[in-house]
Amino acid sequence: MAEVTMRVWRGDANGGDFEEYTLPQNEGEVVLDVIHRIQATEAPDLACRWNCKAGKCGSCSAEINGKPRLMCMTRMDQLPGGTVTVTPMKTFPIIRDLVTDVSFNYEMAKKVPALLPPPMPEGGYTMFQEDVERGQEFRKCIECFLCQDVCHVIRDHEDNKQHYAGPRFFIRYAELEMHPLDTNDRRDLVREDMGLGYCNITKCCTEVCPEHIHITDNAIIPLKERVVDADFDPVAWLGRKIRRKTKRTPAEAAVQPAP
Amino acid sequence: MTAVESSTKVQLGGARGGPDESTLRQDRWWLQPVVTVSILTAFVIYSTWAAFQNKNYFVGASFHRDLISPFYSPCLTSNCVAGSTSGFAIHGWALSPALLILIFPLGFRMTCYYYRRSYYRAFWWSPPACAVTDAHANYSGETRFPLIIQNIHRYFFYAGLLFNVLLTYDAIRAFRQPGLGWGVTVGTVVLCVNASLLWLYSLSCHACRHLCGGQLRTFSNHPIRHKLWKFVTPLNAKHMNFAWASLMFVALTDVYVRLVASGALTDYKLF
Repeated sequence: MAEVTMRVWRGDANGGDFEEYTLPQNEGEVVLDVIHRIQATEAPDLACRWNCKAGKCGSCSAEINGKPRLMCMTRMDQLPGGTVTVTPMKTFPIIRDLVTDVSFNYEMAKKVPALLPPPMPEGGYTMFQEDVERGQEFRKCIECFLCQDVCHVIRDHEDNKQHYAGPRFFIRYAELEMHPLDTNDRRDLVREDMGLGYCNITKCCTEVCPEHIHITDNAIIPLKERVVDADFDPVAWLGRKIRRKTKRTPAEAAVQPAP
Repeated sequence: MTAVESSTKVQLGGARGGPDESTLRQDRWWLQPVVTVSILTAFVIYSTWAAFQNKNYFVGASFHRDLISPFYSPCLTSNCVAGSTSGFAIHGWALSPALLILIFPLGFRMTCYYYRRSYYRAFWWSPPACAVTDAHANYSGETRFPLIIQNIHRYFFYAGLLFNVLLTYDAIRAFRQPGLGWGVTVGTVVLCVNASLLWLYSLSCHACRHLCGGQLRTFSNHPIRHKLWKFVTPLNAKHMNFAWASLMFVALTDVYVRLVASGALTDYKLF
């Protein structure tokens, strides 16, 4: 019977190493299935985070043969032959084995100023399909944080975490900026405090997104262009002067509406 | 209103898992950077050579043709080959006329979002491929000089549109066959395809998509701009393809005109 060899990272914050497990190969399995079989047979203390096993909860993010992927959506028969390497996401601190502490993302989520709609008119708000459909793509995000993991701005430069929101939150900022009912202006906020300029659009976030969200083309670049409107385009600046429009400062934009 | 949570400090540090290796990728991730470096380097070498040649860029009345290389159009100096200018001439310029104009298409491509992705990966290794370690210890992205200049991309886009109009005019002029009338030659087709690809490249540009309508918060109040945005959005999805195709073809167009102008090749009449 054919066998599969898995090289899995075992360890915690104090260090670790690879351990190899050889198991019989079963047809139709995904990587998470094999990890579960290792847990059930050879290493019951192997830690991995998982939940839905259907690519919708975003829990089982890891790096398979060096590529950030969901373990539950990576079929074993689509990987090249030989040993399969599984490691935890590199960008975040390790807790144990394949489980990482992704709380960086939750801290960044707290910083996103919520939707700021105008006072509700009589009869309620009205929105048109063409105004809301752009943002619907961004709602597919399952918060697996693979885009954050692969982004070299924080993957290879830990110090940038202090001032860089990352692709997952740029799609949230883009969604709010494109929302027909929003009245906030977060352009200077995303440039000055959220580090949009650190992104050099190498599109790795788009490549790894399991929901196939066009993060770079539909969120980050449109945001960058809006920042150009706000800060780098003299014609847009003149237009604002003539129409007496003002931008919001990062501090003004960051004010959260009362719950 | 409540004060924002932006004062929340992000916890830095913490031991990371996995081995301390540049990458664990097993595929040929290096292939794409190698191909990009090869093609872009070849293009830069050829275009620099062609720009300094200052000859064989125009096929004129002596060949019964009206073909000009895109590297030399518009030819704006008084030392341009007879027939290649449209009347306006800058006097006192002794160098190749191509050197006056190439900064605009070069700037358009250098600041293009797609090419930025390509050369940051291939030349600057920042990063060379996804999940492969960045080659630099420090990183400030496009937040500081000189890379903050990338933000003027839309102005190069405007200049690019002007060049597209001029190269389209050249393509129409290529139907002229002085002394013979009008017709279609291989050169006519080459110039028309070149102009078409440059239009597709420009219209699929991210700045174009933004200016057409992407910058709006609501489309329902701006139906014409919404239509424009919907027209350029599918083109934008193929921006990479148009970027490579137009880059290759602009060089091929120069090669073709150069070969015909030097007499090495005959520009065959199709009909």
